[in-house]
Amino acid sequence: MRRLDPFLPLLCAVVLALLAPVLSPYVSDFVVKVMILSIFALSLELLVGMTGLVSLGHAAFYGIGAYATVLASGTEGGSIALLLPLAMGSAAAYALFVGALSLRTRGVYFIMVTLAFAQMAYFVFHDTKVGGGSDGIYMYVRPTLGAIDMESRAVQFYVVLAALVACYGLLALVRRSRFGAALAGIRVNEQRMRAAGFAVYGYKLAAFVLAGALAGLAGFLLAARDGVVNPELLAWHNSGEVLLMIILGGLGHLRGAIIGAVAFTLLKELLSTHGFVGPLADHWQLTLGIAIIAFVALLPKGIIGIAARLSPKGST
Amino acid sequence: MSSFLSVTGLTRRFGGLVAVNQVSLDLHKGEIHAVIGTNGAGKSTLINMLSGEIDASAGRITLQGEDVTRRAQSRRARDGIGRSYQRTTIFPEFSVHENCRLCAQAAAAKPWAIWQAASRCATSTAVANEALRAAGLEAHAQRAAGTLSHGAKRQLEIAMCLATRPRVLLLDEPLAGMGAEETERMLALLTQLKASHAILLVEHDMDAVFRIADRITVMVNGTVIATGEPAAIRHNAEVRTAYLGEGH
Repeated sequence: MRRLDPFLPLLCAVVLALLAPVLSPYVSDFVVKVMILSIFALSLELLVGMTGLVSLGHAAFYGIGAYATVLASGTEGGSIALLLPLAMGSAAAYALFVGALSLRTRGVYFIMVTLAFAQMAYFVFHDTKVGGGSDGIYMYVRPTLGAIDMESRAVQFYVVLAALVACYGLLALVRRSRFGAALAGIRVNEQRMRAAGFAVYGYKLAAFVLAGALAGLAGFLLAARDGVVNPELLAWHNSGEVLLMIILGGLGHLRGAIIGAVAFTLLKELLSTHGFVGPLADHWQLTLGIAIIAFVALLPKGIIGIAARLSPKGST
Repeated sequence: MSSFLSVTGLTRRFGGLVAVNQVSLDLHKGEIHAVIGTNGAGKSTLINMLSGEIDASAGRITLQGEDVTRRAQSRRARDGIGRSYQRTTIFPEFSVHENCRLCAQAAAAKPWAIWQAASRCATSTAVANEALRAAGLEAHAQRAAGTLSHGAKRQLEIAMCLATRPRVLLLDEPLAGMGAEETERMLALLTQLKASHAILLVEHDMDAVFRIADRITVMVNGTVIATGEPAAIRHNAEVRTAYLGEGH
């Protein structure tokens, strides 16, 4: 079992790829949604779990990636080769701006500054004509690249799965690299890292921009799937939800981010289904809130903590 | 005589309070230069200014002739000014080896090379091993740093400092809270290190200071009142009244 452990994520990806053709449209759609949220959660895990930077404005980069995709595809539609780098680039550019300023603060001030910058971006899309105001905008034609046409559900599934694998793979590499080791050091003891000779600010900024770009990737995929964007994507409760996902899954683990995204989305889906909880479904926010509190109280190390508690030696 | 680190007229003001006032001193290779003084004399502030943790209000710091007064802390660390902390500041959840390897990594950072595993970084691994050997912690290399005894943590603190390959060592109370045996081991280590480093030692254990220091600077209220060899300091009338107390 231990030998198999490092390959578990890849195994899950292969199983998903094989299952895709037999999933019902409803389930397939749900899986795609969860996979996009997983990428979004992974991008925040880089900040919170790996670097120790608790950001409450991460939805801004997600939303900017999505808006950039829709705005740039115009009425003719656009190529993935152009739209994807553009979405990630715009999100990264805003992350560079926000990070450069917010990383001068720490702790609760950092949380507030990131929140403020995200709300700023939210109101730009909400209150101006840039992105169709509070109604958002529709995408006329979904992005394509040669034979890959995001109009098709099957293509959507595989593109999103490939993006998730790539994102996970990249972050797994980062974690074991010197860059990742430095980020871990910064998380544990920033003062000591500075004394050892690390330009801490530069490292944090690099992590912030990379996290922003990956959130932009999730935003691109969301826009390509939904074909519509609205300002709510950037709203603070979206930033809060993704933070809840990684806490629920277990901070400090890449798998935790994905498990959290799955658990949170499932929980939300189940608790708002009449067939499952009856009339309580109308009050899903309340039941979801209680469920989250129960989870956090009973599983302080997140869902992934259960696995660590069962096996003598924890997993990553 | 050429010095590794040279300080002239270093001053730090916190509002109206002058924590460090016009301090000048030189650190030479092969010499342990102890700075003693009562609590609040400005010793830690001095170390913080030398390492770049806080800015100097006035004065000049040169490292082998190069002015480093305005350089950021991380840059000074890479240039060869290493420091240890009074309160142990290790990475408790990392292994002892990783604590040192990470510090060594600062010199060979290459953060963009994300395809290379940190644990296989040959440069930093070699330097970390060397630092652990020097500090006598080889046997504990794979343990989580947080599980070490207090004395071993203090040794690790020094090893982490050594892993940055400094020329100058600024040690803030390395003996704090140590037992007799651990103190002996630490003193032996410091004596061994001075051959290749310039050492500034801030310490409250007077017996230890007078045993191993080659030069002692006494600070009172941020100002240097005497500098000299241990024997001279011991018999300095001003120092005796101000700090050591009669009968020491």
